[in-house]
Order: sequence, then structure tokens, then C-alpha cells
Amino acid sequence: MQDILDQLAGKRAAARAGGGPRRVEAQHAKGKLTARERLEILLDEGSFEEWDMFVEHRSSEFGMAEQKTPGDGVVTGWGTINGRLVFVFSQDFTVFGGSLSEAHAEKICKIMDHAMKVGAPVIGLNDSGGARIQEGVASLGGYAEVFQRNVVASGVIPQISLIMGPCAGGAVYSPAMTDFIFMVKDSSYMFVTGPDVVKTVTHETVTHEELGGALTHTSKSGVADLAFENDVAALLQTRRFVDFLPSSNRQAPPTRRTEDSPDRIEPALDTLVPANPNKPYDMKELIAKVVDDRDFFEVASDFARNIIVGFGRIEGATVGIVANQPMVLAGCLDIDSSKKAARFVRFCDCFNIPLVTFVDVPGFLPGTAQEFGGIIKHGAKLLFAYAEATVPKVTVITRKAYGGAYDVMASKHLRGDVNYAWPSAEIAVMGPKGAVEIIFRGDLGDPRKVEERTEEYRRRFANPFVAASRGYIDDVIMPSATRPRLARSLAMLRGKKLENPWKKHANIPL
Amino acid sequence: MASKKPAKAKSRPAAKPAAKATAGRRAATAAATAASPAPIPFTKILVANRGEIACRVMRTCRRLGIRTVAVHSDADADALHVREADEAVRIGPAPSAESYLRAEAIVEACRKTGAQAVHPGYGFLSENAAFAAALDAAGIVFIGPTMSAVAAMGDKIESKKLAQKAGVNMVPGHLAAIADAEEAVTIARKVGYPVMIKASAGGGGKGMRIAHDDAETRDGFRSATSEARSSFGDERVFIEKFIEQPRHIEIQVLGDAHGNVIHLGERECSIQRRHQKVIEEAPSPFLDAKTRAAMGAQAVALAKAVDYRSAGTVEFIVDSKRNFYFLEMNTRLQVEHPVTEMVTGLDLVEWMIRVAAGERLPFAQKDIALTGWAVEARVYAEDPFRNFLPSIGRLTRYQPPAGPGLRVDTGVFDGGEISMYYDPMIAKLVASGATRAEACDRLAAALDAYVVRGLNHNISFLQALIRHERFRAGRLTTGFIAEEFKGGFRGAELPLSLERRLAAVAALVRHRIHKREAAVTGQLAGHERTVPSRFVVAFDGGSGMAHEVELGDARAVFADGAVLALESDWRVGEILFRGEVDGHTLHVQVETDGATLLLLHAGVSLKASVLTPRVAELARLMPVKRPPDMSRFLLSPMPGLLKAIAVKPGQDVKAGEELCVIEAMKMENILRAERDGTIGKLHAAVGDSLAVDQKIVEFG
Repeated sequence: MQDILDQLAGKRAAARAGGGPRRVEAQHAKGKLTARERLEILLDEGSFEEWDMFVEHRSSEFGMAEQKTPGDGVVTGWGTINGRLVFVFSQDFTVFGGSLSEAHAEKICKIMDHAMKVGAPVIGLNDSGGARIQEGVASLGGYAEVFQRNVVASGVIPQISLIMGPCAGGAVYSPAMTDFIFMVKDSSYMFVTGPDVVKTVTHETVTHEELGGALTHTSKSGVADLAFENDVAALLQTRRFVDFLPSSNRQAPPTRRTEDSPDRIEPALDTLVPANPNKPYDMKELIAKVVDDRDFFEVASDFARNIIVGFGRIEGATVGIVANQPMVLAGCLDIDSSKKAARFVRFCDCFNIPLVTFVDVPGFLPGTAQEFGGIIKHGAKLLFAYAEATVPKVTVITRKAYGGAYDVMASKHLRGDVNYAWPSAEIAVMGPKGAVEIIFRGDLGDPRKVEERTEEYRRRFANPFVAASRGYIDDVIMPSATRPRLARSLAMLRGKKLENPWKKHANIPL
Repeated sequence: MASKKPAKAKSRPAAKPAAKATAGRRAATAAATAASPAPIPFTKILVANRGEIACRVMRTCRRLGIRTVAVHSDADADALHVREADEAVRIGPAPSAESYLRAEAIVEACRKTGAQAVHPGYGFLSENAAFAAALDAAGIVFIGPTMSAVAAMGDKIESKKLAQKAGVNMVPGHLAAIADAEEAVTIARKVGYPVMIKASAGGGGKGMRIAHDDAETRDGFRSATSEARSSFGDERVFIEKFIEQPRHIEIQVLGDAHGNVIHLGERECSIQRRHQKVIEEAPSPFLDAKTRAAMGAQAVALAKAVDYRSAGTVEFIVDSKRNFYFLEMNTRLQVEHPVTEMVTGLDLVEWMIRVAAGERLPFAQKDIALTGWAVEARVYAEDPFRNFLPSIGRLTRYQPPAGPGLRVDTGVFDGGEISMYYDPMIAKLVASGATRAEACDRLAAALDAYVVRGLNHNISFLQALIRHERFRAGRLTTGFIAEEFKGGFRGAELPLSLERRLAAVAALVRHRIHKREAAVTGQLAGHERTVPSRFVVAFDGGSGMAHEVELGDARAVFADGAVLALESDWRVGEILFRGEVDGHTLHVQVETDGATLLLLHAGVSLKASVLTPRVAELARLMPVKRPPDMSRFLLSPMPGLLKAIAVKPGQDVKAGEELCVIEAMKMENILRAERDGTIGKLHAAVGDSLAVDQKIVEFG
């Protein structure tokens, strides 16, 4: 018996040692933590239960039979984040460069299958050189097994990917299909083909960081949602993030106690919208003042900044917030912002998270770049997502809601449950200037008449009352009372039950 | 357009007297106020000003049952003084010259609203003879001194002559040109050493010499003369007493139309930055009763000499031996008048109104006593880290402090705006106490609790001043700021003892956040999270030390065994942490930024990472990232509009050459090259609005 125990202890020690002190040191020298160190930060102290510590690869090609490390380059298992169950895998760059073997993939698949069975999120910490070349197609098969599970799990359990080292080639497609991707600045990158191949094929000279670093993907490509300063920050923020999410689509989002009164009035909001309709203001101030404890977790904050998406809580319960940002491109909808918001809306709908939408949108961004880029189909994604969503939807129009963009932004017509407007709201086909130029084309030569007509139009349409008179707006509310009104509406909607007709799946314009 | 509002004055509860907070009023004062319930003939007063002073005047009017009329420019349509008034009249567009300085518009506003009197506040039209005359012609009372007094004191030479005649001390000197070095010595001896030899045409410190004895006088005369000749082409010099360690101390006077003038003691305003007062107090920590009486008597004599019938201020410069000399007289209510109100218990605005209505002062000099101490700090929207550049914009959060002994005179509100058109003052924060130390402590605590967000402000600088050892010791001079903050303000300093207390606060805050996080639903039953109570607190900045803290029952135990008592009812989400830490009441502002905490206290803003010991150990493995090198860029030093770019990519520039022009606060600011170089890329275009630190030009 003692023999076995000693053997067990020895095997555990060997597994925990990973690639050995030299490689661990090299990992640290790169500013990266080891796979197990990362899990220590991500999970509640002492909650990690490791599985498959003794799994080894079965390859014998190229001398691999002699090179075996228990665990085979990935640490898998489950633990808790603030007491809530999550499944994790953490690739170990110190063992075979974290490369994915058949056995390595099997370990990941195992925890994914379990996560699906019990209904809990999967968080993947990616730090891998790619496929285990020595294993050939077995390794590729391993990837595909993971991909397939990513897809089946999509919309059932939240999947979060942290990119904490290299992630290149086919390996990028597993994170790409998860719900959120977080990256670490300066020590992670993602691309389909690396700088060397790029150089050969397109003759472009580009660094790893420029091609696929955290800043590239969070601001240019939109592939990743957030970039963090280092491993520790990324992991701690992931803990915060998970606190907002339900464990699966079978459950309601978590709630947590708050002392922040739902009746809190914010007088400063009454002066948020400037008197001049062309002057921007910061929509984030409204969000921060409406959610519990000023706690708003914004995602994709550096991409398509003309729209804001993220999570907050009202009366302790998670809400997904979508808001036009007048500070950037006047809050216009364009290709990037439509895609960003559409994906977020669909995530919330998958996971029973009520949607709160703040609208100040002058329309869609005009231009050849937009039209040639397919704004028609991309804009339709957001429209589709909102129209399809069956979660509670509460909308507040703060200022402009013009044209088709008004329809898109969770309007009453797209099954908006409660639609409010601030007194500063202007709900119309277009702004006064543009409208006068069309309706009163004949008067354009006469500036005095144009002014008169503009004023007339403003009086008639640049207000919330025309929409309210048709019931498209349920009430005109004081900005300072936005939080209490939202809280009451969301409370009223807790029992909402709405289902779309049975279908295999809808055909969103991709 | 005059907009009528319902009679607010009636529905409001009786406003608090302005200086209510100061304890221990002399009975005579109370008696005086009680003895003068004389009905004020004015039922409606127009306040020809804006901002805090307009609000402050209205407060007194309300208390006296007088209705108020505000005037406002377009930029101020939604300002606090408009909200607080019973009626408001628009008088023009945003620029002062087209609104607050338009006498005829204000007279018209009086006519329209039926205001019988005008209080001008300070600045704007407060010392404008034409305005007073126009009011007079319209039969409207100007609440202030007579115009002859204003005119007499407004003229630099005339006022000095009058003062001299009234027996007021003048800076000794010889204003005529001096023939040679020997005459200079004779004069210097008569004036008394040390003396200052100054070029008649001088300026900017050129042609100025200080002499402590005959020999230095001879040398100084020669060198000043030659320097004056070469610098100004005019070699004439004169001699004046050199005031060592000068202090600015002023006497508040109050006169009525019946020939009574009294003084209400002094205010010391030595803490100035470029002749702008920053901190004022009453009484002065420097004056003795004898000097105070002498200064008061001279101030009263001067006021009587010009038949002064309102509140006014006689400013003196005081040397290290308590010799005092006349500077000038201000014929209006001073910005810093609240400190006098707090130590005398008198409402100066009330008495300005009453004497303007012809009332006789019901108290005499002997009835006036100074009780306790009051210190005022001027809170400005300006960035002390960028050479006090004014900052404008929306106050996204504004939460002034409140408490015993505190008075906040403010003209802004939560969600209000500091516009580019006017003085960027946010408020005057006044604290009083039985002693100077108590008043200063209260002021410091109040500054800690003062929440201002959305724009830059000078609270950290005020904190550095009020907590400064030399300030605490009362060793003030008008050179205080220049001497103690050589090369500008770089942030307040944090003593290690305070850093420890803040470490305890940070640990407690993090612990509460963890407890909140652990209160989430959906946990594995029976395996709920237990929240750690041991933390390693590391501040970005400060001593660089990591503080290991274990939180216990109402205490924090440090790794070296030190135990700090620690209690607070702070709750997650609150900005203001108020707690008892190590026997001190601490106000700390707390913001969270992802996993880091931001603490603001004592004028210091500290980023704190609060981690469990194991995570802290792992965090030490993280690379230290240096911020990107910005020296290759010309960054916008202020928010503003890019008016012009004077350079093109590829162009060589020499140090000092103009690069671009930014318009901010109506001022054109020219940015110049700091060193020779080549222009690489332009990152902004003419017409762009720039944020602070936005890249404009990149050097090649």
C-alpha cells in the first residue's frame, strides 16, 4: 500500500513539475505564469480538482515514446469562482510547448462534455504552440473534436477563452467559436498564418504583435473582446466577469445582494443631454449611474466604440446593456458596431439575460466603405438579433432615434417590452435639417423660410410625443428617474415568457 | 425676457444664516442683530452677478424675506444662481462683455422686474461708477459704497495720497530720482535698512537691488543704474523700504450712511499664487492685539476719510516685525469675506443691504469680537499638475462636504457645467474651529470628502498647502507657494504612517468587495466561497512597500505586528469611505478600476493592488511595463480646438519654433518645439477638437 502511495505522490509531483524548472523559469521570464499558477488565481482558493493528471500521449513517432510528461501539456478539471462551478483547461507551454496531441484534446473534450452534462461554463486558458506535429492527423482530429464540442455547447453553456500565449493556425478556431475572448497584452497573439508566411505570400512585413497581438484584435479586428495588462489582471477580471453570467441556458442569471436602492434618483442625469443637439455627451455616465454600485463590465470596449455593450446589475440581477455612444461617430450604426452589438444581444438572449438598450442614434453611417462592406447585411444582423430575442427588453431613448436605426434599436415594433423616452428624445425619420431639405425643397433658396420650416419640423417631430401618441413609447420619463423606472420594469418582466416558433435554427444574415 | 417663478421665498424653510456653523458668538452680536429687526425697505433685490457670490447674496436675501432676481447670460441659463433666484432675466450672450458687464441691460432688468436695489457681488460691475450712476438715475439703490469713495480708492496715486493724509502707514521710500550713490545712502539710512533700489522704468526684476547696509547701497545704486540704463534706456532709480517676509493682511471695514465706521478684524491672505489668493484665514496667525488695533484704526480712518458706507477692505503688507503698510482699498465685498463672517458671526451681505437702506449700524467697535478661527480654500477647476491650466466641462459628479464648522459657497451643482466664459471657481470651502489647528483639520477632512469628477480641480494642491508643516506653523509669506513648490506642483506627499492607514482601508474595502462577490447565488451548496482576510497591499507610488495585512475584528494586523483599529460602515459602491482608522477619522474616496482600487486622500491619488498573499506572490512575477515613450510626440496640454498647424511632415524645426495653435478657454495657445527636430507625421487636423494628451504632431 505504502508503495502505491509513494508512487502516487511521485507521479503527482512529476505532473505538477510540468516541463521542469528550466522551462518554468523560461515561462516566467516571458512574463507568463504556468498553467497551474494561472488556475490558482482563476479559481477559488483550494477549489481546483484536477482530472487526467496521469494522461500521457500515445505517440511513438520521432522518438516521442521516450518523451512523456504526465498531463501531456494541458491541465484540466473543475473548480469554483465565488462558489459557482466552472470547468477549466489550461494549456501548459512548458510541456511540448503546450502543443495539442490526441490525448491533450481528449482531456479538453472530457471536461467540455461534463460541463454540458451539469450545465456549467468552460473557461479555456490557451497557451499553445499549435498542433503536435509528431502526431500528424491525430492532432488535427483532436482539434476538430474540440471544435465540434464548442459548437454544440454554444448557447448552452457560456464559453470563455483566455489567450495567454501563442494561438495560431487551426488552434484559433476553438476560441473563435466561444462566447468571449480575452487576451493578455504583449504576451499573446492569435493569427491563422504567422508573419513568416505572410511575408512569403503577400510580401508584407509585420510583427507578431502587429499581426495578432491583443491591441490588434481588440481594436482593429474585433476578434478579441478585451485586452489585459498581464496574466494576473486577466484572470482576476475573468472572475469578475463570470459573476455576471448564468451557468447555463437552463438557469436564470445569478443575482447578488446590493444595498444600492432601486429608487435611487440621479439629479445629474437631468442635465446629461446638452441643449445643442449636435453636442456629444458620454453615454457611459448614464450607464454607470443606472447600474448597481456603479459596477459596469464593458466588453469590446476598444472596438466599434460608437456602440457600448456590457454587463451590469439592477436590483442585484444581471442585465445586458447596449447603448449608442454619441461621443464616437455621433453614435451612428455602422458595420462594426452592428456586428458587435448583434453578437452581444444574441449572447444575452441565449442565456436569459434581460436587455437594457439606451438609444441615441442619428442613423446608419453613410459612405462607399460602408455600402461596399455590406452594411445592409451587417446592419440586418443587429435588427435580426433584437427581433429574435425573447428575453425582457427595456429601451430608453435619450435623444436621437432617427430612421431605420430607430427601428433597429430594440424598438416597440421588435417586441420591445417597455420603451421609454427622455423628454429630450427626438423620434423621427430624420433630423430637422435633412427633413426640411426634402419636404420643402422649393424653399431652399430662402434662408428665412428654411429656418421657419426647420423650426416647424422641430416643434412637430423633434420630440417624444408623436411616438408616445401612437403607443410606440410607453412613457416619457425624467432622466434622473431612469434607474427606478428600469428597476420596476425589469421586476415586472421577471415572469416574461415568449417563444419563437419551433425551427431547426433561424437563418441570420451572416 | 423676465420669467416669473412662483414665490419661492415663502415656501422655502427659513434659510440658515450664512455663518451659523461657528460656535460661540458674542452676545453683543446677537443682541445687535436682534435689536435691528428694522424692516428693510427693499422687497426685491437684483443680484448683478453669477456663480457662488450670486447664490451667496441670494441666500441672505431669502433669509431676510427679500425676493431675488438673477441675471444670466445664455451660457448660464441653467446655472445654480438662476435656479436659486425667484426670477431670472436673460441679459445677453455668453461673453461677460455682452452680458454681465452691460450696465444698461441690468438697469433694464431692474425696471422690468421691479427690483429696488442691486447687489453687485464682486468683480463685473461692482466697482463701476457708470453703473452706479445709471442705477441712481433710474432710482435704484446700489448696494455698495458711494461712487466717490470707489473713484477715490480706484486711483492708485489718489488713494495713496488720501491714505497718507488719513495717517495710514505707507511703505517708506523716496519716490524722486536719486542723483548719486551718496544721496542713495542718505536716503537709505532715512528709510531704514534693508532697502530696495528699483529702476523707475523697471519691471520683471531688472534693475532691482536689495541693500542691507551703506556699502551694499552704493554698489546697488551703481549696478541698478547701469542695468536700468541698458535694459530700459532710463537710468533713474528710486529707493523703497524692502519688506522682508511680506504677508498680505487686510482689514474688513463696515460703514453706514451716518458716519459710523467699524472694522471687523483682519484676514490673512498670504497664500497666493501669482497674486491670486488661494487660502485665506481669519484671524491672522501673526497679528497681536496691539497691531490689530492699530491696523484697524488706520483702516477705519481711511474709510472715514472717504465717507465709506458699506463693506470694504483695506489691504496691507506686513513685514516680519509686524510693521504694516498700506497697499490699497477694495471698495466691494471680497471673495474671502466668509472667514470674517465665521469669526464675527455677522452676515456682511445683510449689513451691506441694511446700510444701503439707510440703516444705522447698531453695534460699535467694542461690540465686535473675533471668536475661533476660520480658514477658506478656493476650489478651482484647474489642473495643478499642468501649471494650473483651467479645466472646463461637465461635473459628472459633484458632492460637496458637509459637517460641523463647514461652509461651502458654491455656484455649481451635480451635473452642472464649468464654462469657458467665466472664472473657473467651483466653490469656496470654509472651515471654522475653536483654534487654527481645529479649523485646518476640518478643512483638510472636508477636502478629503469633496467629490468632484468630470474635470480637473486643485483639491490635491489645496491639500498639500493645508497639510504643509510650514503652513501649520503659520509661517506664511506671500512667497510661500513659490518657495515651497519650486518648479511647480508635483503632488502631495504621503507620510508612511498615513500610507499604512490607507493600506488598512484598501484591505477593508477589498474584503467587503470579496464578501459581496461571495454573496452571489448559484454556488455549489455546501461548498460556498470563504472570503480571505489576509491581503498584500501594494501602492503604485508611495513608499513602494508591500503591506501585509490581516483583517480581524475591527482591526488590521500588519506583518510586523502593528495593530491598527479599523472601523467603517462603508458599503460596496460608495465613493466616500468614512472610517475610524488608528484613532483617526479618515475620509477616503474610493474608485475601482477593474482589479485595482483607486484611493484619494490627503491630496494623493493612489492605485492600490490588494491581493491575497499567494496571488501577490504570483503578481511579482509579472513584468513591469514601462509606459510608451511619448517624448516623440507633441501632445495637447489641454482640451481645445486645433486652430492652426504651422508645420508639415518632413519639415525641420528649431527649438522654440511654432508648431500649432490650440484655442482653449477663448485663448489662443501657441505650442512650440522644445528642441530641434524633424516633423514626422501629423496626428490631428485643423478644426479637430483635442482631448488632453491627444497626439498632435509626431517627430521623425
